[in-house]
Amino acid sequence: MIGLLSYFVFFACVVLILGIIALGLNLQWGYTGLFNAGVVGFYAIGAYTHAVLTALPKADLIGNFGLPWIVGVAGAMLACAIAAWIVALATIRLRDDYLAIATFGIATTIQLVTLNWDRLTGGSNGFSGIRRPLSDFFSTPFSFNLWYLALLSAITLLVYVALDRMLHSPWGRVLKAIREDETAAIALGKSATQFRIQAFVLGSMLMGLAGALYVSFIGFVSPFDFLPILTFQIWAMVIVGGSGNNKGVLLGALVVWGMWAGSGVAVAKLVPPAYVAQGGAIQVILIGVLLVVSLLFRPGGLIGENVTVSRSVHG
Amino acid sequence: MLGQTIADGILTGAIIALGAIGVSFGLQILRFANFAHSELITWGAYLALAFVGFFGVGTPIGPVSFGWQLILAMLLAGLLTGVLAFIVDALVYRRLRNRGASSLTLVFASFGLALILRHLIILGFGPGTHAYTHELQIAIEVWRGIRILPDQIFILAAAIIVVAGLHLYLTYSRTGIAMRAMAESPALARACGVKVESVIRWTWMLSGALAAMAGIFLGLTPQLHPEMGSSLLLELFAAAILGGVGSLPGAVIGGLLVGLSENVSALAISTVYKTAMPFILLLLVLFIRPQGLFGKKS
Repeated sequence: MIGLLSYFVFFACVVLILGIIALGLNLQWGYTGLFNAGVVGFYAIGAYTHAVLTALPKADLIGNFGLPWIVGVAGAMLACAIAAWIVALATIRLRDDYLAIATFGIATTIQLVTLNWDRLTGGSNGFSGIRRPLSDFFSTPFSFNLWYLALLSAITLLVYVALDRMLHSPWGRVLKAIREDETAAIALGKSATQFRIQAFVLGSMLMGLAGALYVSFIGFVSPFDFLPILTFQIWAMVIVGGSGNNKGVLLGALVVWGMWAGSGVAVAKLVPPAYVAQGGAIQVILIGVLLVVSLLFRPGGLIGENVTVSRSVHG
Repeated sequence: MLGQTIADGILTGAIIALGAIGVSFGLQILRFANFAHSELITWGAYLALAFVGFFGVGTPIGPVSFGWQLILAMLLAGLLTGVLAFIVDALVYRRLRNRGASSLTLVFASFGLALILRHLIILGFGPGTHAYTHELQIAIEVWRGIRILPDQIFILAAAIIVVAGLHLYLTYSRTGIAMRAMAESPALARACGVKVESVIRWTWMLSGALAAMAGIFLGLTPQLHPEMGSSLLLELFAAAILGGVGSLPGAVIGGLLVGLSENVSALAISTVYKTAMPFILLLLVLFIRPQGLFGKKS
């Protein structure tokens, strides 16, 4: 019983962390129309920054500064902000698919760097000893996970409420205006470029936050937790949940991750061990087909965005 | 040592160039970044592998490691990969285009298609590596300490012939002229009576065939694996944008520059920089000259 319960606590923690990434992507895509093809890259930047800043010193690694947890979280968000700002500055005034290419470039490059720069990242082995908040106080794994679930719930709620406030502020309305009709927004004196860069940087910072939260949950970092497929899964969460709808996106995180974990279990049970790779391939093909089909036949997602009209129309 | 590095860089660059031509045309004629282009490279290589499995690789002609059967397999795989690109277009992209979907919807669809295509290869051929032939080759010293395998000389020659042929085709044939017209201005091309759908069809066929060539050459030096295309995708984008989208000489020179800079940086600094090189080049060109070396300012 406790085994099943602890699995669900773990599962819920992962869903919340992925949900925060999905909220970040929704700010970029759902509300601003910016295509981030390297979500996993920003997640990895956050994770590695946090890990390098907070992990206990180790002889053969140049990082591992042993700084406090909160410094790691702030550093992760700052590093993502800088990376996002550089690619946004390079691409946002150009064609809208160039941002997709540049973010894809970040993800590919970060993956290769984490694998190859052994002195900083520990290479393919990664490293452990990453600071976990209050891990002395909650000493058993189960109590720590339970505490961490509470912490994550609070952070997710905070992010959700903050985003909600921002999107309903004049700032958020400008974002939507730019997405719907850029020329009109510019004619009203709003700088489309500036607003896009702000939304992109902010969304990427959320991905960095999620990365920091993930490694300080697991206490360990390795390149194999940041595979390119993750970008696709986060996209699936946003599309399935309905882009431009933060509640839907959180639900999407639960549904997509539930399906992924569930089908993983099914593949492990049904497929003979010699064909595990093929079983995994079927899993990916199915999710790919689901996405392409939903793009072709149901572009609005499961829930979709609430239609917003001017108050004066109602009145 | 530097000479050898440059020779290796040119070889990598030639293969990148063949893939980058399709990416560049896609960006300019089809107007979206096709993330599934890399999978056409993988499919081309594996289709040729299937044909090799069927007719064998043949007795080696002279110093190269394969016989005429592989060349036949190469041509058939090029044709089939072109057809595959066309089928994918008919099933997905054309429908989205007809619905008036934005270029980002197409990018997103290409993302999904890339996953499907890559994992179909894993499903069919397994996750491991394959090779066309296990024939051992001795490198030939072509010039003062620069050693090249006979297969690599074949690859370089074939790439030059293909690019030259493509250049003639684009310059003189009706379809080629229509493709360039589409690249310059789709609206104007349509007004002049260019059949847009037929140009798009030819663009896919050509990109697919070129991608297959790139894949087979990658597979010859030295092996095939399911990520062979996708691990090259960033290089392809960097080369296409560096050269200037829609430009054939641009894509070729972009490919060579990416290949050379990767190899030379690995020699001069360290291999960590090699992996970051395409991205650094991409950012530099976007900051300094976003239209690329041969592109026109829009």
